[in-house]
Amino acid sequence: MASYIGSATSRVDGRAKVTGEAKYAGEFNVPGLVHGYVVDSIIPKGRIVRIDASGALGIAGVIDVLTHSNRPPMADKDDAYKDEVAPEKGSPYRPLYDDRIHFTGQPIALVLAEDWETARVAASQVRIEYQKEAHVTDLHAERTRAYAVDVPEKPRGDAERAFASAAISHAAEYSIPTEHHNPMELFASTAIWENGQLTVYDKTQGVQNVQQYLCKVFNLQPNAVRVMSPYMGGGFGAGLRPQYQVVLTVLAANALKRPVRVMLTRAQMYALGYRPASIERLALGANSGGTLDSMQHEAIAVTSQFEEFARNDTGWGNLLYKSPNAKFEHKLVKLDLPTSCDMRAPGAATGVYALECAMDELAIALKTDPVQLRLQCYSDRHQGEDLPYTSKQLRECYRQGADAFGWSKRNAEPRSMRDGSELVGWGMASGVWEALQVPATVRIVLTANGHAEVATAASDIGTGTYTIMAQVAADMLGLPIDNISVKLGDSTLPQCPVEGGSWIASSVCNAIANTARAVRGDLLELAKATQDSPLSGAGVDDVALIDGKIVSKRDAGRAVSIASAMQSGKAERITREEINQPSEDKSHARNVHSAIFAEVKVDEEIGIIRVTRVVKAVAAGRILNPKTAHSQVMGGVVWGIGMALHEETLYDHRFGRVMNANIAEYHVPVNADIHDIEVIFVDEPDEMVNPLGIKGLGEIGIVGVAAAIANAVYHATGKRVRDLPITLDKVIEFA
Amino acid sequence: MTHSGTTKPKGSIAAAPEKIPITLTVNGTEAKLSVAPWTTLLDALRDHLDLTGTKKGCDHGQCGACTVLVDGRRINSCLTLAVMKEGAEVTTVEGLAHNGELHPLQQAFIDHDAFQCGYCTSGQICSAAGLIAEGKAKSADEIRELMSGNICRCGAYPNIVAAIQQAMERS
Amino acid sequence: MIPFQYTRASDVADAIKQIAADPSAKFIAGGTNLLDLIKYDVATPTRLIDISRLPLRNVEETATGGVLIGALVPNTDLAYHPLIEARYPLLSRSILAGASQQLRNMASTGGNLVQRTRCFYFYDATTPCNKREPGSGCSAISGINRINAILGTSQSCIATHPSDMCVALAVLEAIVHVTGPAGARTIAFADFHRLPDNTPQLDTNLEPDEIITAIELPAKGFSTNYSYLKIRDRLSYAFALVSVAAALELDGDTIKEARVALGGVAHKPWRSSAAEVVLRGQRAEASTFANAADILLRRARGFGHNDFKIGLARRAIVRTLGQAARGTPQSISDKKIR
Repeated sequence: MASYIGSATSRVDGRAKVTGEAKYAGEFNVPGLVHGYVVDSIIPKGRIVRIDASGALGIAGVIDVLTHSNRPPMADKDDAYKDEVAPEKGSPYRPLYDDRIHFTGQPIALVLAEDWETARVAASQVRIEYQKEAHVTDLHAERTRAYAVDVPEKPRGDAERAFASAAISHAAEYSIPTEHHNPMELFASTAIWENGQLTVYDKTQGVQNVQQYLCKVFNLQPNAVRVMSPYMGGGFGAGLRPQYQVVLTVLAANALKRPVRVMLTRAQMYALGYRPASIERLALGANSGGTLDSMQHEAIAVTSQFEEFARNDTGWGNLLYKSPNAKFEHKLVKLDLPTSCDMRAPGAATGVYALECAMDELAIALKTDPVQLRLQCYSDRHQGEDLPYTSKQLRECYRQGADAFGWSKRNAEPRSMRDGSELVGWGMASGVWEALQVPATVRIVLTANGHAEVATAASDIGTGTYTIMAQVAADMLGLPIDNISVKLGDSTLPQCPVEGGSWIASSVCNAIANTARAVRGDLLELAKATQDSPLSGAGVDDVALIDGKIVSKRDAGRAVSIASAMQSGKAERITREEINQPSEDKSHARNVHSAIFAEVKVDEEIGIIRVTRVVKAVAAGRILNPKTAHSQVMGGVVWGIGMALHEETLYDHRFGRVMNANIAEYHVPVNADIHDIEVIFVDEPDEMVNPLGIKGLGEIGIVGVAAAIANAVYHATGKRVRDLPITLDKVIEFA
Repeated sequence: MTHSGTTKPKGSIAAAPEKIPITLTVNGTEAKLSVAPWTTLLDALRDHLDLTGTKKGCDHGQCGACTVLVDGRRINSCLTLAVMKEGAEVTTVEGLAHNGELHPLQQAFIDHDAFQCGYCTSGQICSAAGLIAEGKAKSADEIRELMSGNICRCGAYPNIVAAIQQAMERS
Repeated sequence: MIPFQYTRASDVADAIKQIAADPSAKFIAGGTNLLDLIKYDVATPTRLIDISRLPLRNVEETATGGVLIGALVPNTDLAYHPLIEARYPLLSRSILAGASQQLRNMASTGGNLVQRTRCFYFYDATTPCNKREPGSGCSAISGINRINAILGTSQSCIATHPSDMCVALAVLEAIVHVTGPAGARTIAFADFHRLPDNTPQLDTNLEPDEIITAIELPAKGFSTNYSYLKIRDRLSYAFALVSVAAALELDGDTIKEARVALGGVAHKPWRSSAAEVVLRGQRAEASTFANAADILLRRARGFGHNDFKIGLARRAIVRTLGQAARGTPQSISDKKIR
């Protein structure tokens, strides 16, 4: 039987998704469902003076209007609102808690009605009187108020002095605007009562995180609430923390003792988390031989007034390049906005953008090919911690990526390549992320008919978790993949953290291996108990499960079928549950790497940029499913194109409001924007990172892409745009 | 600086209008329902007929997740009042497969992994069915342009184009 | 969103009667813009009069060699209509440059004319906007105005008209047929849309109780030398920063007749007879086109974020006229500007 691991396998949940059978959080319709519609704040800071809901309450079909002044009790300590991934410092936002307004779009009332259409119109009849206070929402205007937060990367040498005395140097500031995740699915929760217990279908990347949070916020016993998220219409980090609609839903379900659904509008989703705008200052100093002598990276990013969300934007250079002198500083500015949050490759998408543009500028100053400069500076050790890597095939990424792209045909001179009226630019960049693991538990129930159910409380947010788990379990249990059913997205399943940071594949699949080993041990014991067992004397690691049989690894002729072992042992099912604990070995750095090559064509007069080709070569350990892995990385590249050219949340700081809180004017790439994307997976066996050699793919897809495109735009036009997004008016001086 | 403000009144409601009975043919089956004047076709499908395959991604015609076929043409059901479609034939993603056999587009979307999270998928597939019926798109460029009303945040666009090309070849 | 009543008009006369009886009512046809605005609390009609079933869906040739387009012909049907594709390809291209195929399938020809601006402040019912709430002020003038107008602006409004189709209709000198309580009349396309002045709440010269019944295209279709070029922030499904519709009649290298209109830059499709005069009788070459561009943009004024539109429009005009002169109109699907 061929191995499922490593083979291109179609999604096991594909049929459910193409037929519309897959149900998302806002799609569980039950009799008597109450529909909630949120009324949100139009001011960024101040106090609610008065809420007059009489106009709404007078409408037939309206059940109630919940506000801070009439809501059922909620916890009054910060600790209760701290979810699994909440920032360490600060007081998490409490929905409908009191009269304070912390940001525009904050929910201040929940209109509850018999149907959604009534709730919606009734919401327009709620009158709110505010007391406004002065607000600040502009990072660039407030940057002098930035304060440093602790960063893991420590300084070494004297970076400033080395920079000042460098033969060739480059220093510049880069900026990235606020971006919003904009998953396609609107945030929604549906709470349904079943035998006095509440089942909450929630749009979340972590059902247990939400379940535990709800228990704390509403002082519930663990078995009083179950959180489900069998499918999630895109997360990208937006669903890591519990969002306010789940609190409002449970609040209303408790108040009314009825099933309730709350679905946010697209505009309201702009008052959830976001990728914080950041200002990134890079200073690189090189000696005349073209190796780095000094590397400095300072970042200033946005957080809210009430919580300190910080992802280190700096320090990524330590993973890529040798430099004897280095200094990193990550700073925050507190603004009257919701708390920023993780968004695809947090810290790296932004920090590596700036770093890799700066490296391009340094290569130009050195008159060195950008790939060559990276190879000259290449580090086989984590520079900050002075550790070797479990594996790092980044050189091979550069080589294979450059070959596939045809990089050797590049004329280094800007504006030297053209295609008719268009200037052609070729740019490249590196990408890097962490190979993380978290403790995760998997349960396997093997039944005598040769079927197995594999379960954990992870979510499949579109990444292919259902599919890779089925593949790994099928291989580990020696069963056809069709005999495996995977259960996810249910807080009552075995423990699993939020799906984020690219850690689920490695964490969960290694847990499957552990659990499958335990199942194998049970099967072996049953097999050995049969008369004249051919496996007598064998230990659990002397046998494998192959083609429905327990087979001796030394002698494939010695085998017992799983069915007969279970039959003779009168075992109808074998249930095992094992945890996978990440290795505590700190002797090596664990990272994934990539090289990106991008071609842009820029109309010489008009400045319209078309990204015509991208090659992304990724070294990420073992690739479980080349088909879904390709999609995941390709999707990351599309995000990188959006980051480079399109995405920007526009604030009017006078009002403290997002002015493009929709997806017509917050531009993400559409089909016409996307052309050839080639994804290469570089072979990278790695038995040290974890037993299955899995590193994860969720983040690496986007990292470095915006830099490769910015570098390509420079190569095409000779114009360096450092402030994203690169719109045509930044490329061309339209005097 | 402190001053106060009030949300601007948005008009007030006298009596809520009566619900209006309508008849639609949805996926070949006649459906009678009673809707508010402002109930969209999207909400009628999802909330009134429990056909949740059609998705709400923006409710403003900006994303295409709600795409369905009305009298054979692809439209955004979120910007369509249900009452205005009295008597119309509506096809949703639930109506594409026949006797358990997937529509060629559905199979092609699986074959080419033309989705990740799946939330835009119903709209993409209905839109692609409309596109094929229109017969205007031949090249990849033309498919890309005429599928640009369906946003896929997971970034599956190249696979979507490949899936549509496969379905076109086989139809 | 506030609730509304729904009624259906049985014929054009009934539609006029119904709207005349209820000043807070609005017609609905495709609904693509109106429902969007209702959901955002920007439009607050208390009654919608459904005109989508009125018999205004024909495209027919007129006695004078033109074409009469029923107001309810969907945008897609019009763009792909054999008469339009053959004789008015500029109109086809402009329609297909706008929105998405789904929206074009829904949107009506008449509705396209009366779609409202995409100005961020008009769309955000919590901010001051003279167009939405006369007298409240214009937030865009010193706000986020990258998408706003550079021509024909006033102190009270710098919104743009968002239509692509109307830019082509301006060039084609379409005639708008309307009917009201006093009977039918026609409005020249140039007179249909208004500049903001101090009444930015009025987009058009259509009376509140009038209905658009048809759009008439004169015989001249410029089907040989035309182009529609749309410049936007992504390659499809976005509103124009600047668009140009150009149509030429050539005698060898010499321009016999020229028409140019700009979209995305003003409260209405922007034409200049003076610019077209300087093209006439001249060689069809870049320097001639640049002269016309200078005249079209003579009074252009930026408001900060949108300053670039002036230079962008100048280059786009020259490019589009070049495409028209060469007979190589901008492709809709191939995004390279040739």
